[in-house]
Amino acid sequence: MVQPRFRRVARFVSPADRGFAAVVYGGSILFALLIIGLFIELVLGSWPSIAAFGPSFIWKSSWDPITSNFGALPMIYGTVVTSLIAIVLAAVIGIMAAVFLADFAPRWLSAPLSFLIELLAAVPSVVYGLWGLFVLAPFVRTAIGPAVQKVLGWTPLFSGPVYGVGLLTAGIILALMIVPTVTAISRDVVAAISRDLREASMALGATKWETATRVVLPAARVGIFGSCVLGLGRALGETIAVTMVIGNRPEISASLFAPSYTLASVIANEFTEATTSIYISALIELGLILFVVSIVVNALARLMIWSVRGST
Amino acid sequence: MSAAVAAERDELLATDELSAYYGDRKAVGDVSIAFTRKAVTALIGPSGCGKTTFLRCLNRIHEVGFDARVEGRVLLDGQDIYAGAVDPMAIRRRIGMVFQRPNPFPTLSILDNTLVCAARGLNRRQRFDCAERALRAAALWDEVKDKLRSSPLRLSGGQQQRLCIARAVAAEPEVLLMDEPTASLDPIATAVIEELMARLADEFTIVAVTHNMQQAARVSDVTAFMLADEAGVGRLVEVDDTARLFTKPGDHRTEDYITGRFG
Repeated sequence: MVQPRFRRVARFVSPADRGFAAVVYGGSILFALLIIGLFIELVLGSWPSIAAFGPSFIWKSSWDPITSNFGALPMIYGTVVTSLIAIVLAAVIGIMAAVFLADFAPRWLSAPLSFLIELLAAVPSVVYGLWGLFVLAPFVRTAIGPAVQKVLGWTPLFSGPVYGVGLLTAGIILALMIVPTVTAISRDVVAAISRDLREASMALGATKWETATRVVLPAARVGIFGSCVLGLGRALGETIAVTMVIGNRPEISASLFAPSYTLASVIANEFTEATTSIYISALIELGLILFVVSIVVNALARLMIWSVRGST
Repeated sequence: MSAAVAAERDELLATDELSAYYGDRKAVGDVSIAFTRKAVTALIGPSGCGKTTFLRCLNRIHEVGFDARVEGRVLLDGQDIYAGAVDPMAIRRRIGMVFQRPNPFPTLSILDNTLVCAARGLNRRQRFDCAERALRAAALWDEVKDKLRSSPLRLSGGQQQRLCIARAVAAEPEVLLMDEPTASLDPIATAVIEELMARLADEFTIVAVTHNMQQAARVSDVTAFMLADEAGVGRLVEVDDTARLFTKPGDHRTEDYITGRFG
């Protein structure tokens, strides 16, 4: 008698499971479709601009609605520089705060402090913008600017007049806005590092500081990096607070005190006054660039996280 | 142990009325015991008898935990390690520790793990020699000498535990504390570690917690039996030469435990 090699068994799947599977599949596909749809919509909307300016839109630095001559470089520059300032400041402060909250602060202090830091994330960005405009910008103009220029004024990075509004001020505001993200996630990651490792280090005669910097932070580096990327993502797209303090001038200058413009703030600022269709289309193309940059940043971060994981 | 025997033995480490607390809860009560230099002392007792907590008081790692504190004295070569001016970090370098689960540092290479608490200020050659000595002492050298730069997470559990022993040995401590060092290992890896403990006793004073009585009988020179009293406070019941404690225990509770009547 010939035995069939495989026997296909119809496994029983409960109708409820089928329904559930359909719902979750549907949900995740919906998200993928949304992203693709958004991309298509942006490309369609910016098509007149793409057709008119071609790829040179990305590296041209003129932004002139009168002559309908548009280039995105100043906004790309402003976005990148403010985000970099923000992520550097926020990473330094956030990681130190995370280590303090997880390893050094006594419990009665750690919980309320964490709560306060997370509360920062709930403050509406327009409030940050107002504070930036009325408090931080004058402070930069009268205190930080002159002090920094006294020492580092000879470098192009800190040269020129200090208006108060500009790249540095926007970067500081952004840093404040993303510090809660970096701190909260880093703290969770640091706290999740097993007690065993800390005790091993302490039992070998290491100080708390050595334990934190040589054992805990290296073990938590992937998660900390992830928290910084999330923060960077928010900094790239943040709109209203930046618009209020960056000076809104589409220029590229080396000085961090100079006013500038970001992709997000130019869209917010000029969409209502864009009268010609090519103007609107150029603004939409800025949105497309922002969209692509955000996706590339996140994809790069993913890749880096994977490669770091792979090497350990 | 009689006074005469204690005097004739060379005692490196001793506790005097040592009690340990977690908040208000007393986990170890008034333990006075002395550990003979270059011998293996096993701490046995049922789960929850405070033996691990007691061990953790000996290198001041107990106090690192939240709300944990210690009363009494621990004398290392006659010096109270809980005295005010003593730096706990310095004490922990003299009294090394190996934990229940292997815990090599995941982001450091095997070589760097070994050297993480070795003496400072060595040059490359000396560092390498130090690592080789420690890894040989931990009977791991032959297995890792070709992959010193790779991650310790690629080693087996038994190898990782020997790496942790090498890491402790590299600091050249006087005392090695071991908290159930074979609890998470298979029988073959356990046998390797036990053999290693016997050899390490030529050089170090070893205090090992175990709840495996056969292990205590196999590897230790002296055995101490601990038991929690009605209030849950861990007390030292008796301490004696291992051979005598297992054949002629002085206390009926010890006899009940080693004959398997409880625990």
